[in-house]
Amino acid sequence: MNARPRHLVRGTALAGVLALGLAACGGGDGGGSGSGGAAAPVDTGDVLEEGGEITVWAWEPTLEQVVADFEDEYPNVTVNLENVGTANDQYTALQNAIAAGDGVPDVAQIEYYAVPQFAISEALTDLGPLGADELEGTFSTGPWNAVHSGDGVYGLPMDSGPMALFYNEEVFAKFGVEVPTTWEEYLEAARTIHQQDPNAYIANDIGDAGFTTSMIWQAGGQPYQVDGTDVTIDFAGDEGTATFTEVWQQLIDEDLLAPVGSWSDEWYQGLGNGTIASLTIGAWMPANLESGVPQGAGKWRVAEMPQWEAGQHTSAENGGSSLTVPAASENAELAYAFVDYATNGDGVQTRIDGGAFPATTADLESEEFRGTESEYFGGQKINEVLADSAANVVEGWQYLPFQVYANSVFNDTVGQAYVSDTTLTEGLAAWQEQSATYGNGQGFTVTE
Amino acid sequence: MTTTTLTTSAARTAPRLRTPRRHSVARPRRSPLLTALTAIVLLYSLVPLAWLLINATKTQEDLFSSFGLWFGEDFSLWENITTTLTYDDGVFVRWFLNTVLYVVAGAGGATFLAVLGGYALAKFDFPGKRAVFAIVIGAVAVPGTALAVPTFLMFSEMGLTNTPWAVIIPSLISPFGLYLMWTFAAEAVPGELLEAARIDGAGEFRTFFQVSLPLLAPGIVTVLLFTMVATWNNYFLPLIMLRDSSWYPLTVGLNAWNAQAATAGGEAIFNLVITGSLLTILPLVAAFLLLQRYWQSGLAAGSVKE
Repeated sequence: MNARPRHLVRGTALAGVLALGLAACGGGDGGGSGSGGAAAPVDTGDVLEEGGEITVWAWEPTLEQVVADFEDEYPNVTVNLENVGTANDQYTALQNAIAAGDGVPDVAQIEYYAVPQFAISEALTDLGPLGADELEGTFSTGPWNAVHSGDGVYGLPMDSGPMALFYNEEVFAKFGVEVPTTWEEYLEAARTIHQQDPNAYIANDIGDAGFTTSMIWQAGGQPYQVDGTDVTIDFAGDEGTATFTEVWQQLIDEDLLAPVGSWSDEWYQGLGNGTIASLTIGAWMPANLESGVPQGAGKWRVAEMPQWEAGQHTSAENGGSSLTVPAASENAELAYAFVDYATNGDGVQTRIDGGAFPATTADLESEEFRGTESEYFGGQKINEVLADSAANVVEGWQYLPFQVYANSVFNDTVGQAYVSDTTLTEGLAAWQEQSATYGNGQGFTVTE
Repeated sequence: MTTTTLTTSAARTAPRLRTPRRHSVARPRRSPLLTALTAIVLLYSLVPLAWLLINATKTQEDLFSSFGLWFGEDFSLWENITTTLTYDDGVFVRWFLNTVLYVVAGAGGATFLAVLGGYALAKFDFPGKRAVFAIVIGAVAVPGTALAVPTFLMFSEMGLTNTPWAVIIPSLISPFGLYLMWTFAAEAVPGELLEAARIDGAGEFRTFFQVSLPLLAPGIVTVLLFTMVATWNNYFLPLIMLRDSSWYPLTVGLNAWNAQAATAGGEAIFNLVITGSLLTILPLVAAFLLLQRYWQSGLAAGSVKE
């Protein structure tokens, strides 16, 4: 493997990741031959005046209104918004379209954790030369770093998910539990709640890749190091990982976590009837609580996420997605103009009004945004807490350039810690091994 | 009282004396163990259906707060049905019609081709027949899911993805249906009958349509049911072929509704997903009940030597 010429290794990595192990045949048109080819920043005004038609693949619900407003404002532009499926379904469709070299959209929604995977396979247009290079400072640090890969900017942040502790104040009061400020206190709170009512839990968790990586992120861990096709995966020697597993293993061992998968009907049920008392999750959660847990209106509150050491103020990102322009787009300039409008222009306010949580620093710092009182959260100014969290995200986190695959085997490895005698540490070791094997098979050089 | 008891017990013992240890179809032997096992299997298959039926009557809030196998506070079946049919500009109706289109064109076409092919393979001799047999058997063993991505790439070359053709054309091929028709035709249409028809001067088309087709009816219905169920439940192929949600079949559409609950800012509509699922299986249940007669005789064909 190491004897192979460098460019060949890279080429295999590209082809392999591109096809995600599904189909490496067909396609072969590589990086879309630098479509658009604009070296100078796009004058969005001209492009929008000229008009044209673009296709957008996204599942984000507030984009519907953004597209409607956009078309009203620029009547020469037609935007076909298609919901091709949520997250993984969309990535599969996108990878298939890229492999087939046909039907690739002009704009695609991609979650932050999956951006490196598409970026390194040169499936996305580098938006830097089109104008994104001038947007430094426009977006909060976590999402802005997430859309970078190497020297390129492969998308613009659409929303962000700085983490916070969402908790049911009524349940906490009933059990006489103070809002925990450290994970040690959180563990105590979990014990108190579960002792008093065996059906009640402080939180649910059956093993969730996004949550686990975010928790390690907050603890300062950096198990993934990526430099081009050189990848390091190291959970065993990572201090942040050890900090996380030490506390979380106790929660698992003492059965203090509800054995309920997130987003299931049971989960919504638990959040509604108070048997799941809190969530440590991204800032996009309020809209889901409002629509999915109407019984919780007035009972829920938001606090800073618990800290690993008292007195600190650190947080991490959880979820969130960007709008990207696939390399095969034939109308990259117009696509960029739309992405710019939706993530950085008038579209942002439309999306905030629709319940989305922005990634733009101007909005996160604006008095109007921070001062908004949420009726669902009993009149609390939740955006203050959430925006502060966005500013406190620990820097330096990286996802794997094959994170979509890695997350797909999380439950077979780390998930075992929740259902058997396997420990989290053993589970993470197995996860590391499987991820490394896959990465090497795709042409990356993975060091463990 | 006493007399009846006597007569029944006499009636019960009488045949036993004459034919010991024999149990006819009319008088099957009773086995508590078998009955219990059957009951468990019955429960296992009916409970999910009951769950679906019961939960389709609940509001979203009742879904979360009431016991799964009993009714909630409000009986909102009709409301759920109307919301399902009108939600998102009535896209459910569109999906329903798409599914019907895919089933009529796909399963109907697949059955038609299987009947023609199966009959030909059973009743005509030609070189390479064994090779065809091997290929068909091989094709039965390949799951459709494994072929989905190569099929996608091929269709993409032809510019057929994201059109109804992308779902209909692959559905036309049913190796299992062909194999079933082949073996069925071999048993159900006696060669002598065909010879008699030919001697009487009937052409091959007339022999096929007037002599063989009526004999093949049970087999045709069986294959039709198989392909119908397969096409109605087809998920992976349309999932990767279609991007425009207005061409989705019900399976992919309902999954999209379900995924809404796991989307940031998405609306959880479990009640509509459940009601939609109920509406989705109703046509299949109806088809089974209506075609059951043919289906049963189809399965039994060839089991008894006449």
